[in-house]
Amino acid sequence: MKGLTAPRWFAGRARLPRGEGPWPWLVAGSVALSLLMLLALVLLLAVRGLGHFWPSPVALVSLEDGSQLAGVKVREERRFDGAGSEWLLRTANRDLEGGIWQWVAVDAIESVSHPQDLVVMSRTRWGDFIGRLVALEDASGNQQEQAAWNAFEARLAEIQALRDERDRLRGDVVLPLVRRLERGLDSEARERLAAANARIRGLQRQMIGETLILESADGQRLAQPIEQVLRAWRPNAMSLPDKLGAWSRGVWRFLSEGPRAANTGGGVWPAIFGTVLMVLLMSVLVTPFGVLAGIYLNEVAHQGRLTRVVRIAVRNLAGVPSIVYGVFGLGVFVHGIGGTLDTWFFSDQLPSPTFGTGGLLWASLTLALLTLPVVIVATEEGLARVPEHQREGALALGATRLEMLARVVLPMTVPAMLTGVILAVARAAGEVAPLMLVGVAKLAPQVPVDGDFPFLHLDRKFMHLGYHIFDVAFHGGDVQAAMPLVYATALLLVLVILVLNLTAIFLRHHLKMRHVALPRH
Amino acid sequence: MSVSSPSRPATAGPFIDFESHDSCLEIEGLSLAYAGKAALSELTLKVPRHRVTAFIGPSGCGKSTLLRALNRLHDLNEEVDFSGRILLDGQDIHAPEVAVSELRRRVGMVFQMPNPFPMSIYDNVAFGLRLQGGMRKRQMDDIVEWALSSAALWHEVKDRLRASAWSLSGGQQQRLVIARTLAVRPEVLLLDEPASALDPISTLKIEELIRNLKTQLTLVLVTHNMQQAARVSDYTAFLQEGELVEYGATDTLFTNPRLARTENYITGRMA
Repeated sequence: MKGLTAPRWFAGRARLPRGEGPWPWLVAGSVALSLLMLLALVLLLAVRGLGHFWPSPVALVSLEDGSQLAGVKVREERRFDGAGSEWLLRTANRDLEGGIWQWVAVDAIESVSHPQDLVVMSRTRWGDFIGRLVALEDASGNQQEQAAWNAFEARLAEIQALRDERDRLRGDVVLPLVRRLERGLDSEARERLAAANARIRGLQRQMIGETLILESADGQRLAQPIEQVLRAWRPNAMSLPDKLGAWSRGVWRFLSEGPRAANTGGGVWPAIFGTVLMVLLMSVLVTPFGVLAGIYLNEVAHQGRLTRVVRIAVRNLAGVPSIVYGVFGLGVFVHGIGGTLDTWFFSDQLPSPTFGTGGLLWASLTLALLTLPVVIVATEEGLARVPEHQREGALALGATRLEMLARVVLPMTVPAMLTGVILAVARAAGEVAPLMLVGVAKLAPQVPVDGDFPFLHLDRKFMHLGYHIFDVAFHGGDVQAAMPLVYATALLLVLVILVLNLTAIFLRHHLKMRHVALPRH
Repeated sequence: MSVSSPSRPATAGPFIDFESHDSCLEIEGLSLAYAGKAALSELTLKVPRHRVTAFIGPSGCGKSTLLRALNRLHDLNEEVDFSGRILLDGQDIHAPEVAVSELRRRVGMVFQMPNPFPMSIYDNVAFGLRLQGGMRKRQMDDIVEWALSSAALWHEVKDRLRASAWSLSGGQQQRLVIARTLAVRPEVLLLDEPASALDPISTLKIEELIRNLKTQLTLVLVTHNMQQAARVSDYTAFLQEGELVEYGATDTLFTNPRLARTENYITGRMA
């Protein structure tokens, strides 16, 4: 029997040996399948996540019964009873309709058009609006049609600048002052706070003024105060470069802004920051402990039964479910150590806890504990891989054991240690369960690093991309609306882990290259 | 260092006895057991100064164990028991006042597998010097050049001292390791099958180096290769099952061994 052989077109490209039966196909097939699944994962996240920011065209749907509705077509589905199919339209206008989704039977549709004057608005209240801008009213009169749109766009940019200034004041001036006041009475801070608040009120007054007269597709009119509109665009009138610009601005806002509307809108910057900072802190904590423990186990400890037991225990710790570490962190770090710290140093603030509640430090420590076995095992394996003759070579030159370790063995082990750290980072960055117990917050728009002494606030709660996904997907009111954000955040989490890993890999590669072409033995 | 030529023993015998000022290392009644298993038993021999002494014998005869004992490398192993004495210039190397790192500096060792450290060529040679510390850059440069020249490697590497030691060929690596050992000015150089992992050309270079080095120090060579022992050594000790069978001038031992066991081994008739 001849068995399977690679087809002709394949023979030159991959070295699939011919006449070896199904084995090459089996192994190559599994590789291909694995790659395919990974590719599908990334593609799904990318398409669904990034597509969310694309200004999709708005369809004006006329139904047979004469009514009209405008919305973005999300998908088409077959009806359960098999009688034709339906469109799901995101029609927005929660304040007019009570909901933002509409199912429309395809059979009932008379015509679909994409008029250029359809406007999509993102608002601070009631979510998006889809419809037409009829007029822009201010104290002096009103403008209509294209003039209204032009005046509206100009005014919108103005309001956005005011809003940015207000947010900057809130974050950089008001919040630190409030914290200072929380710590004790301070008349100077009180005065400055009053001044800043007055400025904010002034800015907010400048935003108010015009009222938009809006009309939905079915003819309902609405008076919309202009200061509640964040952005407005006419997707049907946008050219491709316009859309690309809008898309990249949308992605940038997603990356750089804080969340709003209970995490159903806005961006995820605090979560990105929290994730990266937590992982970095975790690495800083886990590396020395893990490396030292690995050195002890492999180089110092008497290789007897006890060491073997310890080694097995360490390897098994790597398999303990992460939520168990969360419980441990809650009990020992948060309540035990944190509570004690509070009674010793922050007793004036009790009963409101400082360290006795979840925070960045405790989350990093818990994850450091969680990833400790990974680093220990990697270090040990790296040490075991250093050939005996290298150690003897150093000793034979008169090096003490410590000198041998420090000058020959450890430098050779650094890549293995970094591999351990890479694995630790990969595990820690994706871990959510223990964080929920020890410090992650649904909403913490202030990142834990700022200009306020001591700059890095280890006691603060923080946001995390993984938890953000969970929160957006399950704790928002509207799963349908949340899904694109979930995909986008998931894609971002993957990217953040990728970047963290690439950094560590780059570091490892760089260290390896310092000496060597390739080891000869 | 006093350089005096040891007198050839008049007759070939199992043991040679040098005048004590001519012997560099003296091994007295050395027994060594590894994990309860005897590896060397009651070994007594003297290693002449400024000569090449070869230890030969079948695998597992204890020749490498003996060599490592001279450098106290067995200190690492907790399962090793030994009795007897090893004297370096009349001093017991296991005496409490002897620091093991100082002993290992005085008794350098080169292993079967070339083991340059993952550093530059220069750093490899300077490794031992830096351990001792307190040396100026210029002085270190000089010693590195001298050591590399002594190991017949200087001309091959002088333009790339900063290159990785692992970029050298196997034979160059082994000579680098010898240079590294020479840099700390040892009195004795122990060579544990230094050429067995090398190609014939590199082997020849190492052998030539060994012959040249005996003007500077005492060399002890462990080898599987009897031709090599015959080519480079002045004295040869034949070990079998942890015992010293015959020890004598190389010429005599190879041409006119006293004992039938020795003859069987060197003529290849031994099972």
